[in-house]
Amino acid sequence: MALRTSYAQDFAWFDGPGSLARIVALIAAAAALPFVLGEYYVSQLTFVWIYAIAGLGLMILIGYTGLVSFGQAAFLALGAYAAGILQDRGVPFIVALPAAGAVAAAAGVAIAVPALRMTGLFLAIATLAFAFIVNEALTRFSGLTRGNMGFMMPDIVIAGLKIDSERKFNLLCLTILVLCMIGAANLLRSPVGRAFIAIRDSRIAAQSMGIPVARYQTLSFAIGAGLTGIAGALFGHKLTFIMPEQFDINVSIEMLTLVVVGGLGSLHGVIFGAAFVILLPQLISAAKPLLPAVIAGQTGLQAAVFGGILILFIMLEPGGLYGRWLRMKQYLAEFPFYGAATFQKQRSFLRSERW
Amino acid sequence: MALLAADQISIRFGGLVAVDGVSFAVNPGQIFTIIGPNGAGKTTIFNIVSRLYTPTSGRITLAGEDITRLPPYRLASLGVARTFQNIELFEHATVIDNLLVGRHVHVATNLLDALLFTPRARRQEIAFREEAERIVGFLGLQRYRDSLIHGLPYGVRKNVELARALMSRPKLLLLDEPSSGLTTNESVDLAWWLREIRDRLSVTILMVEHNMRLVSAISDRVLALNHGRIIAEGSPADVQRHPEVVRAYIGE
Repeated sequence: MALRTSYAQDFAWFDGPGSLARIVALIAAAAALPFVLGEYYVSQLTFVWIYAIAGLGLMILIGYTGLVSFGQAAFLALGAYAAGILQDRGVPFIVALPAAGAVAAAAGVAIAVPALRMTGLFLAIATLAFAFIVNEALTRFSGLTRGNMGFMMPDIVIAGLKIDSERKFNLLCLTILVLCMIGAANLLRSPVGRAFIAIRDSRIAAQSMGIPVARYQTLSFAIGAGLTGIAGALFGHKLTFIMPEQFDINVSIEMLTLVVVGGLGSLHGVIFGAAFVILLPQLISAAKPLLPAVIAGQTGLQAAVFGGILILFIMLEPGGLYGRWLRMKQYLAEFPFYGAATFQKQRSFLRSERW
Repeated sequence: MALLAADQISIRFGGLVAVDGVSFAVNPGQIFTIIGPNGAGKTTIFNIVSRLYTPTSGRITLAGEDITRLPPYRLASLGVARTFQNIELFEHATVIDNLLVGRHVHVATNLLDALLFTPRARRQEIAFREEAERIVGFLGLQRYRDSLIHGLPYGVRKNVELARALMSRPKLLLLDEPSSGLTTNESVDLAWWLREIRDRLSVTILMVEHNMRLVSAISDRVLALNHGRIIAEGSPADVQRHPEVVRAYIGE
């Protein structure tokens, strides 16, 4: 850590010019990837960026405000359909994208108001039920969504420029991810983010500091749902042909795995988590021929692996991949002066109720 | 006029009358202490004042304004701050971030300022840190400024909680057993700080406390309770000598 000589350094994103340069280099490298990778890998990378945006929303909700949502698939679906339907009616992408976020955010507020009377497990179940309701509604309102027939997403046109290649779309997603990251990082270094963290760590103390807890929790739901809705719009365009069944409970579980594996309470963790969630199914299918037929043929194999990893991370690595990375950096920085206790695990679980 | 006044407050939990017709008045600039044996109703009164409980009957006023049914989060904006008996800090945040949350009632930026981190938000962050630094210096927390709360020793956490409460520049500070769990030395420091908070920061203090040495050293006025009723009120020396108080603590 650089020596601090002004208060502004206290809330600067980067600890000195070296750290700024590293981030810029990383973004530049990410932007260069679609020019060197093959089409298939670029396509997977696009999914990573989209999942990272969606995960950012859930990270603010779970990782920073301490509220669990099992219903992220619903916000993703609402974002996708809102963007598609609006563009079908002639609204340009540049307007339809934030509108998709706004629709999902409104849904987030709608679920937050009744659900925030609950905490922990009950909140998880309420959000899960909400996801099923949204999914059913999307199937039934077939006049608007074309239900199980599927909905064809229109091509993206931004100010006359047609996004017609995987590479252009990938760069668009990366740009939006960077913008969302900047917004989230700003939020977290402002009083709003501190209020979220306060609510996560002690509702009663937050309240006594003058924070209207219910209002901030609703705001967190709105922001979490809004970001996921924006990701949903991009997700819809990526799939080009969307149906309600693509937004089932497995997507919600992928999102949950993403934030837990990435590391609750870290924005960087979202990228690690997204990469993990996108890579894992491919690893599973690559491993299938090596597995005994009894296991490889199971329909729920992927869900079981996701669930198992979720449990293992919560039990053994609550800091997630990002936490592990930080410890590796510390180990190298302090070599050979680390002690056995340096890496002792500090247990921390998802906070639900405690007064 | 009294800064805080309780007028005939009672609270009943089912068949149990925990507080029974208690009235008292805390004048500005006082350290007002509530004492009493276990189960006397001290913490219940404390929770009524800090709006976690609503009394079954009676009225609480703050500077003349009725706060009996105020939502708890609104209390801070009226200039009331509190600490907790069992410490309620934001465990996974640094000391400085904990203090900055204490400044919440003075936040003058909106969501858009936050998302874009406008110059207004930037100026506010700097102003908040100047205030935090004042409190950090006042309570000697410099070496813990950037430490995470979890991992800090108990005495330091107690101190951080006091610092966080002072961040809002309160008129009235509510302390729930400020010396519980502290070593003798830490209690001596606490007594000194509480006097400084009263005299230099002109904050009125209402506290619930068990440590009689601390109570008699710094209280301006003491209220003794037993079984939910007032048994004595007056200067620390008078209350400690009061026959009812002696009986309540030691027995017949």
